Amino acid sequence: MTLAEKILAAHTDRDKVSPGEFINARIDLVLANDITGPIAIREFRKLGLSRVFDPQKIVMVPDHFTPNKDIASAEQVKMVREFCREQGVIYFEIGQVGIEHVLLPEKGLVLPGDVVIGADSHTCTYGALGAFATGMGSTGIAMAMATGDIWMKVPPTIKLVYQGKLPNWVMGKDLILYTIGNIGVDGALYAALEFSGEAIDALSIEGRFTMSNMAIEAGAKAGIFRVDNKTQLYVKPRAKRPYRVYEPDVDTEYQRIIEYDVSEMEPQVSLPHSPANACPVSQVGDVEIDQAVIGSCTNGRIEDLQIAAQILKGRQVHPRVRCIVIPGTQEVYLDALTRGLIEVFIKAGAVVSPPTCGPCLGGHMGILAAGERCVSTTNRNFIGRMGHIESEVYLASPAVAAASAVAGRIIGPDGLSV
Amino acid sequence: MIKGKVHKYGANVDTDAIIAARYLNVSQPEELAKNCMKDIDSGFVERVAPGDIIMATTNFGCGSSREHAPLAIKAAGVSCVIAKTFARIFFRNAINIGLPLLESAAAVDGTENGDELEIDLGRGEIKNLTRGTSFTAQPYPEFMAEIIAAGGLVEHTKNRLVSRRV
Repeated sequence: MTLAEKILAAHTDRDKVSPGEFINARIDLVLANDITGPIAIREFRKLGLSRVFDPQKIVMVPDHFTPNKDIASAEQVKMVREFCREQGVIYFEIGQVGIEHVLLPEKGLVLPGDVVIGADSHTCTYGALGAFATGMGSTGIAMAMATGDIWMKVPPTIKLVYQGKLPNWVMGKDLILYTIGNIGVDGALYAALEFSGEAIDALSIEGRFTMSNMAIEAGAKAGIFRVDNKTQLYVKPRAKRPYRVYEPDVDTEYQRIIEYDVSEMEPQVSLPHSPANACPVSQVGDVEIDQAVIGSCTNGRIEDLQIAAQILKGRQVHPRVRCIVIPGTQEVYLDALTRGLIEVFIKAGAVVSPPTCGPCLGGHMGILAAGERCVSTTNRNFIGRMGHIESEVYLASPAVAAASAVAGRIIGPDGLSV
Repeated sequence: MIKGKVHKYGANVDTDAIIAARYLNVSQPEELAKNCMKDIDSGFVERVAPGDIIMATTNFGCGSSREHAPLAIKAAGVSCVIAKTFARIFFRNAINIGLPLLESAAAVDGTENGDELEIDLGRGEIKNLTRGTSFTAQPYPEFMAEIIAAGGLVEHTKNRLVSRRV
């Protein structure tokens, strides 16, 4: 069995599962946020149950439109807060809360071998820790809150092998943008991705979170990494319960195996209006920008902020550009503060936001007007994603976003003058 | 039996197009319906009549897991969505909330915007009344047919919980 099949099988009563089979999987963690939680709560109430199946296996994170963006959003958060209090499920208030997919691994809530479902498409992020994690809708999550299990079709697995040494400034974000550009927004439809190869082994845990995070943008159900020393180093100090490490069988069958040689790769940029519209940064042309966003569940971790600060240090954000830095959690924020990164950002002319999804989905904290362009470390750039339908979003790594913020146009770090 | 006019779109109609995030500070279906398809077809809400059909080519509903997307479509009066392929989370969500989906590449290739269709959901039969043609959609897997027959995942789960207690 592949990694995905192994993890799923272990959560059923079967010894083996195969692609295409329908299973009922036991769940280790159920997640919702301030946008998807209200519908989940409403549907849960329809069952007439007084209690969720296990409050310690359910977490609600108000991260999308918080700190409360307007009255309607405040009411949604209030509904989620009150439900969590009533049921005793895990909840994070402003001051502790962060972007869900940065927060949950940080708190040791998702671990290797887990099956995690979330009412948010980027739940696949936790695949970086060797878990089977996938996004679903509010009703599916609501029923899982009641029964502790969920119906699923076992996905086929596509193995992606990245060989070679990562060139300077090429990170997890570039690898995944390149991959989505290569296979398309439905290139992995219904499949689980299994990431491997020497470039993957060399990738930091943050880089792996970035890659797993965007598995959904290729249509995938999950994006999973094997557990290695880096995973253990991250997970061991944070885990408060035992976990299991699964390995794919050596001779197992994959639906497809795709190999990439990364040794000549450049930083990538996905042009409007699709994550699959990826090209090397040197081929983007002369694109002036109005905004740069550095943050999100894709690239809002300390390594991402560190890389951005490295480029912004001693430089100034271009006078036309609004550079918005969003640490993914309070811990990332504090870490950045201690390392002097916040001072670098402010002195360079960038602003630093509380942890929030904010502008990524056109919520708040940096919306675009007609004709404006943003280079962003986020994960989607469909029409209207960050504001007006006549605005444009270019997806890139923190290195490209920071360099572009300085230059006032899209450029890689190598293109910046000293 | 479903009967209605087709509103046809292309590939990769994403969930931001179906219901933009700026409208997600509410969750009532009737409210969401008012902004359905706004960013890619601002006239849709005025034009759509109860029973009408949305049609698209590949990967319909890609992007976010927001259940607000199929909820908005259903509340806008759309009776069925027909596409060559669907994004997986959108597909799940539609099944779970009782919005019928049919997969048929032939029907999509053989139908134009504005055509009138008659659909027998139980049989998966699509008749193009405008062109006098008919197509058969992919049947649902048995397990999904069960959820649909129960009227959605909430009803299906209610039945499960009752049979557990018995």
